[in-house]
Amino acid sequence: MDADRIGRTLARIAHEILERNRGVEDLALVGIRTRGVPLARRLARAIREIQRRDPSTKLGVDPGSSAVDIPTGALDITLYRDDLMRTAVGAQPVIRRTEIPFSIDDKRILLVDDVLYTGRTIRAALDALIEFGRPKAIQLIVLVDRGHRELPIKADYVGKNLPTSVSQSVQVHLMEVDGRDEVEILES
Amino acid sequence: MKKDLLGIDDLTRDEIYLVLDTAEAMREIGQRPIKKVPTLRGKTIVNLFYEPSTRTRTSFEIAEKRLSADTLNIAVATSSVLKGETLADTAMNIEAMAPDMIVLRHASSGAGHLLSRICRSRIINAGDGMHEHPTQALLDAFTIREHKKRIDGLKVTIVGDLMHSRVLRSNVLLLTKLGADVWVSGPPTLVPTGIERLGVRVSPAIDEAVTGADVIMMLRIQQERMHGAFIPSLREYFNIFGMTKARVARAKPEVIIMHPGPMNRGVEIASDVADGPYSVILEQVANGVAVRMAVLYLLAGGADAD
Repeated sequence: MDADRIGRTLARIAHEILERNRGVEDLALVGIRTRGVPLARRLARAIREIQRRDPSTKLGVDPGSSAVDIPTGALDITLYRDDLMRTAVGAQPVIRRTEIPFSIDDKRILLVDDVLYTGRTIRAALDALIEFGRPKAIQLIVLVDRGHRELPIKADYVGKNLPTSVSQSVQVHLMEVDGRDEVEILES
Repeated sequence: MKKDLLGIDDLTRDEIYLVLDTAEAMREIGQRPIKKVPTLRGKTIVNLFYEPSTRTRTSFEIAEKRLSADTLNIAVATSSVLKGETLADTAMNIEAMAPDMIVLRHASSGAGHLLSRICRSRIINAGDGMHEHPTQALLDAFTIREHKKRIDGLKVTIVGDLMHSRVLRSNVLLLTKLGADVWVSGPPTLVPTGIERLGVRVSPAIDEAVTGADVIMMLRIQQERMHGAFIPSLREYFNIFGMTKARVARAKPEVIIMHPGPMNRGVEIASDVADGPYSVILEQVANGVAVRMAVLYLLAGGADAD
């Protein structure tokens, strides 16, 4: 996937979000660190754009009001990983800040990650998220689903299904983190 | 990181920054409605305290509980130590019950190193005699960095009982490692010989030492460790070395005043300074939990292969 393709994919997902949720009033985006965070921000921007162009999508929002910004947070799941402390050698993974500057109670949370693989990251993210409150619902958005699930987890919005073998690795590069937009499959 | 945290001496510059950065993330956990993460679930941590402590022991215990570790406290007043058991024997008996970490506070310098040699558990030094108190120095650095956005190039003045202070030693090692300009001041009887070899400037004149300081750190007069006449009287000590508003005025206008606690008001620090707007003494205590969570987390994983 190149930059153009990633851009169009996110625009499509933004439309799907509006269609499926009929309005944005109680929506909130939470990106999983690292690359879920810029993806969540881009989706928030894309949704605002759509609302500006087409006010009819502002269902559930006071008519005449300007486009609504969807609250956006960042989640670091390191402390919830199931593979911490399993190896006797090697440094601990680096922890970064979790920033969810709004209450998730009774919100519909859109959880965003770059690649869905075993599902273990999402399991950890669900555990982490629930500690902040009781959302009305959690929906999962991923840019790439590469298969090989180890847990019963399924995404609600998928940018692209990418059949891979376990020996390959899928690398998502984003402008905000890596200086370019690209999804590539690496052989190892 | 190494297996144990016995002193700042063991840490590289990068490892110090890793602890401080990890503590930034840990602090957020303390602001949540549910102040707990499952990270150290199933780990057992023994807090073995041979000296009285409120702040450090409570701080470690809260940090351990926020990381979901199982913790237990052994206060010497209620333990077999009173029946004559040696530190090594006590440690080996605790070790036989397979804890994952031991947090040790002891009146003898090097007590942590002894345990480190005989225990498989990870050892965290929570203060050993007049040697080191690494987590205190780390939380002090965290507090300084939060206010000043850097440590490199700051003038940090440490005043008080330099001789008996493990907080001083750990702070000097850490601050000089990170490039601060460290000044120390205190009565000549309480200045250990050769302290300038640690890379600090010694000035018996407190007014000179605090002039232009970015940070002033006061140390407690440790009467429990003073076997001899080091100072004529507490009142005279306050007159010559006590931190007063007039002395604070010589420092930079945005100076911060620190104290590791417990404070002796009217001995090393005036009450109006301790409670003044530039005092960050209670912030140090709050930051201690986040810094100790970071240390526990970083040590709980595998030790570096070496």
